[in-house]
Amino acid sequence: MDLVVAVLFQLIYVIANLALISLGLAIIFGMMRVINLAHGEFLMLGGYTVVVATNMGINIWVSMLILAPLVVGIIGVIVERLLIRWLYGRMVDTLLATWGLSLLLVGIVTSIFGASTATTVSPPLGAVRIGAYSASGYELFLILITIALLVAVWLTLRYTKLGLLARGTMQNAEMASSLGVSTSRIYMITFGLGAAVSGLAGGLLAPMTGVLPTIGATYIAKAFITVISGGASILAGTTVGSILLGGINGIFSFIAGSTFGEIALLLAAIILLRLMPRGITGRFFRKSL
Amino acid sequence: MTFSRRSFLAGSSALALSSAPIIGRAQGSDKIIFASILDLSGGLDIYGAPMAETTKMAIDDINAAGGLLGREVELKLYDAQSTIQFYTQYATQAAAGDRAHTVHAGITSASREAIRPTLARFKTLYFYNTQYEGGVCDYNCFCTGSTPAQTVAKVVPYAMNKWGKKVYIVAADYNYGQITAQWMQKFVAENGGETLDVEFFPLDVTNFGPTINKIQTAKPDFVISALVGGAHVSFYRQYAAAGMMKEIPIASTTFGVGNEQKLISAEEGDGIIASYSYFEGADNAVNTEFLQRLEARLGADRPVMNELAVRSYEGAMLWAEAVKMAGTPDRDPVIEALRSGLTYNGPSGAVTIDAQTNHCNMNVYISELKDQTWNIVESFTDQPPADTQLVCDLVANPDQSTFLFENGLAAAGIE
Repeated sequence: MDLVVAVLFQLIYVIANLALISLGLAIIFGMMRVINLAHGEFLMLGGYTVVVATNMGINIWVSMLILAPLVVGIIGVIVERLLIRWLYGRMVDTLLATWGLSLLLVGIVTSIFGASTATTVSPPLGAVRIGAYSASGYELFLILITIALLVAVWLTLRYTKLGLLARGTMQNAEMASSLGVSTSRIYMITFGLGAAVSGLAGGLLAPMTGVLPTIGATYIAKAFITVISGGASILAGTTVGSILLGGINGIFSFIAGSTFGEIALLLAAIILLRLMPRGITGRFFRKSL
Repeated sequence: MTFSRRSFLAGSSALALSSAPIIGRAQGSDKIIFASILDLSGGLDIYGAPMAETTKMAIDDINAAGGLLGREVELKLYDAQSTIQFYTQYATQAAAGDRAHTVHAGITSASREAIRPTLARFKTLYFYNTQYEGGVCDYNCFCTGSTPAQTVAKVVPYAMNKWGKKVYIVAADYNYGQITAQWMQKFVAENGGETLDVEFFPLDVTNFGPTINKIQTAKPDFVISALVGGAHVSFYRQYAAAGMMKEIPIASTTFGVGNEQKLISAEEGDGIIASYSYFEGADNAVNTEFLQRLEARLGADRPVMNELAVRSYEGAMLWAEAVKMAGTPDRDPVIEALRSGLTYNGPSGAVTIDAQTNHCNMNVYISELKDQTWNIVESFTDQPPADTQLVCDLVANPDQSTFLFENGLAAAGIE
């Protein structure tokens, strides 16, 4: 019984982890159609923000929950103004530009902090007992905050004026513009928010994985696979995609080891996209956000 | 004048002939070339960066003492960026372009196997200064690092006496991890223990949650790890975050050579046991003096010294001693000098070349981690590379260049 709970807990954590690293990309790629290959580097910058801030003596919760999204959000806005705004509607060009950006960010961080693993930040919560098993309290916290983040993004998109304008702009920019919406501002804010969510995710994961200038590479493929498998609806898609792929990954990792877990995840994504080329929400939950 | 193919060939071969003396002069130049290829960036830089520092120090020390045979030694240092393809490229560059007299290179076993054949083909003397899984049998290649019979064979019985007989193995998924895991199973069985499970992880895995659950289910007396690289450091963090460090302790054959003890907090690391041929606590005068000079050179925030870094220094010094003994930096006489049973007294103690295997006899230490610092709990002197000696005899048959454990221990005839 304890084992079932412990394994279930671990499974939910794998799913939450996937949703957390994918959500920022879902906003930038799923919603704005910008193929952001620098997504992994946004996560990495969030991680470095936490490491630098805590080393300067700032409380770790403040660094993770406030500073990481703030710093990466600002970087996102700058990137949008300088680079992305010239490229809307040109998907292949965004791919090349953000790939270049990704290499640039890795290069800058490497030359400032060195190429080595730069962290002594530890998970700030102790262990929790599940009967005969123990699990990390910080993992529990990550699960809860991922749920909170999904709810917050849903509320913003569904019930705020900004959310309405953003959805309208993404659906039909010309129409929104002729109705008096400053689409250029909406694009900037949405991109900034997407970057901020990525920064938050990177900051939250830093104590679990440590940070390296090249750590983005371990996230980027999984994030894209999740968002593409999820399909057009960014929130429902990311959630369902994470549950399906994370679930498969977690179960196979437990049965056959993590190598097979990764293989199973990729196989599942290939089969899924063969059967549903427009992702899960291209067929199910079509009306959802 | 018509430009026929024949006149072009005649002209270009004349050019080739006339340029030959220039190449000859370059080769006979005053400097002795020492090439080093290490990962100074990317995931493996946690190992490579300190190795590069001690290599530079060794070359500076040699030159400060007047060079070798009255000639200056020049260091060509290449960064392979944790990418195997650069190893092959730079090894060719070092051997054919720089005409290096010796190449000290490689960290992972994968990188070693990528360049060893290249250097053998160019007849360029090769030193691999990293602890590894054993089994290289190559006349041209000197493996100065410790092997499983020297370290794993010591740490397994020590941990079993201390904690119990049931063992769970986690290892990196490439030749080092796979083969070391087989050695671990062998030594566990020989000491009357039981291996509950063995798991392998690709180098970019960062989520170890499912494994931590499995370890809790299997309830071993301890976990022994051969995890490699920056991403795998997550295992120790997540293991500690789940409160496991106090319940099921960890012994390792890799933790520490990348100074991982500095990447996790003191509480997370306390109690980890490891065995290498060098720890900073090694009690001898050469070591004290070496650490003082290192600190004078790099300042108080110098990297902590581990087997990889110190053996890189000692490997360079072994080569220098051999050049002095041979009276020339040319490959064949230097190899003969090395294989005459050459000894260098370094910070880790006496390191002696074993002619049967081109490996080394060395001191071995077992240490326990406390507050991010290793404390030596047991030491062994002059340990032979008994694993490779089982299968390799370069005295009887010097004309070899093979990696005998490539397909595992069973394929090499070891039960």
